[in-house]
Amino acid sequence: MNLRRTIAMSRKEFIQVRRDPRSLVIALFLPLIQILMLGYGARLDANHIPVYVFDQEGSQDSQALLKGFQASQYFDVVKVVNNYGDLVRAIDADQCKLGIVIPWDFSKRLDDAGRTEVQALLDGTDDNSAQLAEGYAEAVVGTYQRQVQLDWFARRGLSQQAMVPLSVDYRTWFNEDLESKDFIIPGAVALVMALTGALLSSLTIAREWERGTMEQLIATPITALEIMAGKLGPYLLIGLADAAFSAVFAVGWFGVPFRGGRVAFFFVTTLFLIVVLGIGYIISVTTRSQLGASQYALLVTLLPTTMLSGFAFPIDQMPATIRAITYVVYSRYYVSALKRIFLGGAGIPDLAPQIIAMTVYAVVIGYFATRAFRKQLQ
Amino acid sequence: MNELPSILVDKLVKRFGTFTAVDRVSFQIRSGEIFGLLGPNGSGKSTTIRMLCGLLTPSAGRATVAGFDVARHAEETRQHIGYMSQKFSLYNDLTAIENLQFFGGLYGVKGSMLAERIAWAVRMAGLAGSEQLLTGELSGGWKQRLALGCAVLHRPKVLFLDEPTAGVDPLSRRQFWDLIHEMSRQNVTILVTTHYMDEAEYCNRLALIEQGRIVAMGTPSEIKQTATRGDLLLVECSPLGGALAAIKQAPGVIEASVFGAALHVVVETGRQPLTELPAFLAAHEIKLDRIERISPSLEDAFVSLTGGRSLGSEAPR
Repeated sequence: MNLRRTIAMSRKEFIQVRRDPRSLVIALFLPLIQILMLGYGARLDANHIPVYVFDQEGSQDSQALLKGFQASQYFDVVKVVNNYGDLVRAIDADQCKLGIVIPWDFSKRLDDAGRTEVQALLDGTDDNSAQLAEGYAEAVVGTYQRQVQLDWFARRGLSQQAMVPLSVDYRTWFNEDLESKDFIIPGAVALVMALTGALLSSLTIAREWERGTMEQLIATPITALEIMAGKLGPYLLIGLADAAFSAVFAVGWFGVPFRGGRVAFFFVTTLFLIVVLGIGYIISVTTRSQLGASQYALLVTLLPTTMLSGFAFPIDQMPATIRAITYVVYSRYYVSALKRIFLGGAGIPDLAPQIIAMTVYAVVIGYFATRAFRKQLQ
Repeated sequence: MNELPSILVDKLVKRFGTFTAVDRVSFQIRSGEIFGLLGPNGSGKSTTIRMLCGLLTPSAGRATVAGFDVARHAEETRQHIGYMSQKFSLYNDLTAIENLQFFGGLYGVKGSMLAERIAWAVRMAGLAGSEQLLTGELSGGWKQRLALGCAVLHRPKVLFLDEPTAGVDPLSRRQFWDLIHEMSRQNVTILVTTHYMDEAEYCNRLALIEQGRIVAMGTPSEIKQTATRGDLLLVECSPLGGALAAIKQAPGVIEASVFGAALHVVVETGRQPLTELPAFLAAHEIKLDRIERISPSLEDAFVSLTGGRSLGSEAPR
């Protein structure tokens, strides 16, 4: 490889990116917009879920249960209604996500049998929110239920029965507050890399064909390998700068912790960029059209990274076949490495499995990329 | 030193599927010679040049450029050639100087040599003062001279020019050919394609190419002499269409074709066309405005050699 020719190519690419509004937007604004959108938009936790209540009894006991909902940060008791129909209409009109119905014999059954039931109506149009609401509601009811049980046993002089024999004390590691932004934003860095890397590189060869500059280029002594290295080098640097920017923004703006090694961060990012840039380059070489290439590039990079990398949708919860597919989705290794670096404080040695997988991908894609382009017309 | 031809083309063939674009083309070009490939669009000129630059692989036959086999040693060949493609193909979003620096880098021209060559190219192209303009903002003539500058920064021994003056104003074309002749004097071998007849006259030697085959080769005057088997007459008359049909039947007429607003008629030598033809036309009720002997142009030669087909395009005025 001739360094002079490669550098000439890199300089030219830098100048072109600087003067091309489309590339500038991809390189500079897209990362910012993505991080902002994902940081604010893609929250998976639910706070202040609006609740309507239909209390048929209106007793002290039923009020005590409702206080539990009012006190919870997850719920806002918006309104108390007087009939079942109003409750149903409120859910239909999207005025509340959860309706609580307390039966007319609530406290009577509590006193008689020590057990009773309440009905919860859930808006399942957004199943994630519904599940969260269900879980939180169960927790509120569970707390109330324990209190009632203790009282019930105590009144009958059976206080020793009221002792809870075993309790689990949970402690969450890496994301102590179980905040979804801390879970999502590190993965969003992978989305930024996939998008900017693939888009920039998918345009690079196609642009030369479209503008008619390719013929002149391949009539010079520059080799196919030098063209690739010269073209992708600047994009690798731009990608790393975008990664640094995204990380700083994640920490500085969104308060996401960054506990791991910076070297590890840039190392895995470089590996990932090699894969993504290589894919974009291969697509660019084969389609020869900027529009077609950018669309294919989005399809094979952004889509799997969004859906199958574990960035927002946990891989463990996927059906077995889909889970099997995620093993070939190269971005899952990067996303898991990012999460371990940001939240788990991982360094390079801790990330051996991810690094090995990504290195394999980088080598394979890199190999095909070097073979993809032949200095020939048609 | 100059015994070996600078470009040697031996029965070169290029097929695209079932279509044969270049059909057993052979020629040799000496060092420092300006050789023109003349033919209509789609005749195989560009395909030939692209094979010689290593951009297309020949289907059969052999070609060497500056001593290198173009099919087997494409990369070595490229170091010794300059190429200007048919379409303008520098980077419009780079300045003139950035284009020169880029191609200088690609050809591996080093440091002070590069600065010197770029200064030369800027002078040659008349770009002094406009070096920092984006190439897209330059006029056609400037762009074309800049492209030439980029193609010869590394002082190639062989220069390929594919329709270099298409879409350029006459003055710029004139200047461009002065530059070509200057390079030829410095022993650069030049292969140029064109369908402009007046440009073909600037070449040392020509090959007329039609449907992938060479139909004639030689100096411009040789081609004109061999091609025209008889005396050539210019006939202005009306109506033109009826006159053409009629005159082809006239005694002694070998062929006739429309040239602009007049007819070019080839008549067997040894006849008296200046008296015979007016009588013939009068008998056919065709009004004759002018008739005179002219010397054949390359266009006449081409029409004659290809059996009536013209080049399809005349030089812009």
